[in-house]
Amino acid sequence: MAEIVPLAEAVALAVRDGDTVAMEGFTHLIPFAAGHEVIRQRRRDLTLVRMTPDLIYDQLIGAGCARKLVFSWGGNPGVGSLHRFRDAVEHSWPAPLELEEHSHAGMANRYVAGASGLPFGVLRGYSGTGLMAEGMDSVRSITCPFTGEILTAVSALNPDVAIIHAQRADTSGNVQFWGITGVQKEAVLAAERSIVTVEEVVPHLEPRPDGVVLPSWTVSYVAAVPGGSRPSYALGYYDRDNDYYLAWDPIARDRDAFQRWLDTEIFGAPEPAAPEPAGGR
Amino acid sequence: MPVPDYSSDEMMTVSAARALRDGVSCFVGIGLPSAAANLARATHAPGLVLIYESGTIGAKPDRLPLSIGDGILAETADAVVSVPEIFNYWLQPGRIDVGFLSAAQIDKFGNINTTVIGGDYAAPKTRLPGSGGAPEIAASCREVIVVVRQTLRSFVERVDFVTSVGHGSGPGTRQRLGLTGAGPLKIITDLGVLEPDPATREFVLTGLYPGVSVADARSRTGWDLAAAAELQTVGPPSPSELAALRGFTSQANAKE
Repeated sequence: MAEIVPLAEAVALAVRDGDTVAMEGFTHLIPFAAGHEVIRQRRRDLTLVRMTPDLIYDQLIGAGCARKLVFSWGGNPGVGSLHRFRDAVEHSWPAPLELEEHSHAGMANRYVAGASGLPFGVLRGYSGTGLMAEGMDSVRSITCPFTGEILTAVSALNPDVAIIHAQRADTSGNVQFWGITGVQKEAVLAAERSIVTVEEVVPHLEPRPDGVVLPSWTVSYVAAVPGGSRPSYALGYYDRDNDYYLAWDPIARDRDAFQRWLDTEIFGAPEPAAPEPAGGR
Repeated sequence: MPVPDYSSDEMMTVSAARALRDGVSCFVGIGLPSAAANLARATHAPGLVLIYESGTIGAKPDRLPLSIGDGILAETADAVVSVPEIFNYWLQPGRIDVGFLSAAQIDKFGNINTTVIGGDYAAPKTRLPGSGGAPEIAASCREVIVVVRQTLRSFVERVDFVTSVGHGSGPGTRQRLGLTGAGPLKIITDLGVLEPDPATREFVLTGLYPGVSVADARSRTGWDLAAAAELQTVGPPSPSELAALRGFTSQANAKE
């Protein structure tokens, strides 16, 4: 059964130095508040896993939390580069960053394999690409035992911790999210431990079209953090803050500006207080 | 000649939109392709099925999304599926007609680089975002259209890194690699249109915009660009195309 705890406690209990941590959410429902709490608790040597690193991993990388990044698209969507990510790769600042790079389809199938308890996923992909030519440990050619077709095997992802944001949980810790649901279900089921931050805790979950439910017993910790995915968005609660994504560009381009952002927005800000559970709704 | 009342970027987006036929399904990449695909749906192709890698199938946004996962895409979609499902069930079996991509670098065989420029992979001069969905879009859509500004930096003899395979090293590469789609059949730029030579698979100039010469295109191409014998002049944007495009871009609060 999931424990409903404050975010700081969930991060302290679930995320350890050296862990492999997957914070998922495909543009939608990105768990920013949890990422900020990981920075605030000064976790180090993390292997960060995420299809689209987005601003959240730009911030964690710039803050020196990461040793390695496992990813498939590292840009600021619609804006341009992730400059902290680039600074780490191009200039090893603030520390060298090892890369394990895939395509989206490859990453998605790695999570599916992890959630399925299989050692690898299989797809048509990578053939002829530079990623295949780099000879990474997590990609191999495989021959179909039935047809003889040459396919691609990608190794399973089984993070120590998965962290996601969802619209709701009930008071028993059952989690519900809808809209663009990405790979969050797979990430949680593939991981050893998990934290789900939610917009609100309600007495009962109402069924939603296309909604995904993670039963309480598949989740380690639930923390109520309203607004916990800003500047990403939570469908039905608030919109994506596109202006923030634009404003991030000049902050991330400059090491000093980024340090000021860390000092004021992360270390200078208190950890989010746990709100009271919503009443009858 | 008089200065046209549209920009070269507007001409490129209009030209790319015209390449999408009504009723086809289109897997839309981030950036320039998204503007062109949405313009097509707002003008001549109302039945165009827009599919984004965020899992939104049949999205009908009334404004340009900044990202491929904006809420407006989910709210207007016929169906929203998970990311594993969009790649495994929808893209991989060849169910989608057109893949609509952009590039940081593209070479004469239409191979695309969005990964690294300069140096080598482990120590690049410039680190770009990487693959995203593009490699499998390029592999598995029935055909691919690339929208990209034409410069000496972007149009190179050979890409620094093959993120997404076009026609590889020439005829037969795609078949040898087991890539099921036809690969890139058009590159649409801010100068004109390139298509692969049927025999060599090397991209040649087949269309030019008003006021652009073959010499202009050659001066912004890093390989020895050939021009088709019958070069088409692409018509300028119509007033309705321009109005629709500017309606979108005036709403967008973001740069490309």
